[in-house]
Amino acid sequence: MLKVKDLAVKYGMIEAVKGVSFQVKKGEIVSLIGANGAGKTTIMHALSKLIDYEGEVFLEDKNISKLKAFQIVKESLAQVPERRRVFSDMSVEENLKLGAYLNSNNQEIQSDMEKVYKYFPRLSERKNQLAGTLSGGEQQMLAMARALMSRPKILLLDEPSMGLAPLLIKEIFNIIQEINKNGTTILLVEQNAKMALAISDYAYVLETGKIILEGSGKQLSDSQEVKKAYLGG
Amino acid sequence: MELSQFIMQFVNGLNVGSIYALIALGYTMVYGIAKLINFAHGDLIMVGSYGVFYFYTVLKLPLWIAIVLAILLCVILGALIEKIAYKPLRKASKISLLITAIGMSYLLQSTFQLIFTANPKVFPNFINLPALKLGDILIGANYYLTFLISIFLLIALNILVKHTKVGRAMRAVSQDAGAAQLMGIDVDKTISITFMIGSGLAAIAGILYCCLYPVVSPYLGAVPGIKAFIAAVLGGIGSIPGAVLGAFILGMVEVMSKAYLSSALSDTIVFSILIIMLIFKPSGILGKNLKEKV
Ligand SMILES: Nc1ncnc2c1ncn2[C@@H]1O[C@H](COP(=O)(O)OP(=O)(O)O)[C@@H](O)[C@H]1O
Ligand SMILES: [Mg+2]
Repeated sequence: MLKVKDLAVKYGMIEAVKGVSFQVKKGEIVSLIGANGAGKTTIMHALSKLIDYEGEVFLEDKNISKLKAFQIVKESLAQVPERRRVFSDMSVEENLKLGAYLNSNNQEIQSDMEKVYKYFPRLSERKNQLAGTLSGGEQQMLAMARALMSRPKILLLDEPSMGLAPLLIKEIFNIIQEINKNGTTILLVEQNAKMALAISDYAYVLETGKIILEGSGKQLSDSQEVKKAYLGG
Repeated sequence: MELSQFIMQFVNGLNVGSIYALIALGYTMVYGIAKLINFAHGDLIMVGSYGVFYFYTVLKLPLWIAIVLAILLCVILGALIEKIAYKPLRKASKISLLITAIGMSYLLQSTFQLIFTANPKVFPNFINLPALKLGDILIGANYYLTFLISIFLLIALNILVKHTKVGRAMRAVSQDAGAAQLMGIDVDKTISITFMIGSGLAAIAGILYCCLYPVVSPYLGAVPGIKAFIAAVLGGIGSIPGAVLGAFILGMVEVMSKAYLSSALSDTIVFSILIIMLIFKPSGILGKNLKEKV
């Protein structure tokens, strides 16, 4: 589904991502784990072309490295960015409509909205509330719902657990699994390695801009190195 | 007649305010979306007025065609200015942008001076509707038309921004351009559209302004331009309702101070209001505290 080859990103002189290659197979949940500052968000921004990069990215065998950010959404790749970035001065419903920006069929938009409200019933109770007034968990749900409105084949999630209470994290991760079961491939970025590995088919460990380890979710959870560095012993 | 005198001034204030509002919207929308003070914006008022003068008085085209062409001229010019002067600088420092914008303003003024010379031209008087009678008060057609057209445009713009897809995209880009791109919004196109709308409004404002003060010169845009800019800052730059509110306050203060205090002091009062505002609430009446976004 998604193949990344030798992806490298520099911020001025600083090499934040130093040539990483990985892939996400269709139907899987793949996660990218690593400590704060490892370069996870940079990779996510690169994949959506919010920043320029070297290297190549293929989405279903199509080279998307030369596309602009808005064109990548057309290729059915959506992202739930770090810190949600909902449009806080707009209502929940307007945020969802923006998620469906590329869809001009109003009936489809309506039925998609019904679908995402099924994943997130709490949002449907708050349709007309301004996104900025939602709680952190609700904003995370809105950001996910908004991304789903573009009907992505692959969904990128950047630290969905950030700043949320354990119970809420569990809820969010359950929904991620449900979205995946319904046919959306997932690339998940997390500092919360334990939770991420538990739901992942495959995972990569990122350290200072390089992939240092990879394997199935289970293999990595059992690995001594990962346990020591990311799972607290 | 104390009261009728006051009502006349009030009507006058509403008119000046509504013209400032049309101009201020361009400043505030462009600022909201591109984080740029487009100092060339005021000069589009002048371009629009010369457009009508040229197409109608010189080429003798039918009035409505002349007006449409003048508006189109500004819309295209606005989009071109953005593409040629500002777009290449989108990642540049604020100060480079500011200098470019000021340069753009001078470029427009000198270009029009080269074409039309510095001698003021008489703007055609084409409104021949009857005046409105309210008791013993007469309100000229150019006054009530200016007001009605402005109000109509303000409502139309409000609907566009609040209830259409384009408007939603404009708001999304101005809140968080990165997140907007993740929605599939073409930021460049949206910025371009914003410049076009602002420029079209400036053209109309210019034509209406010249219906009240029928003289066209290359520097025509400078004064209403700076006043509308102050209005936008007063209301909270980036805020659309703020720009409209700021414009009506400014128009009213200007007209009333001219009528009841002294016309020499009027501008001093306007600038003092701006300075006081900047000291006590730099974000403007309806503005938010500006935060930087990544
Ligand atoms: N806009 C930026 N400018 C300069 N350096 C940046 C920028 N964004 C991130 N970095 C640096 O790049 C590295 C990777 O950051 P990031 O991708 O945000 O990591 P993560 O998401 O894994 O925490 C860090 O060292 C960070 O300081
Ligand atoms: Mg991050």
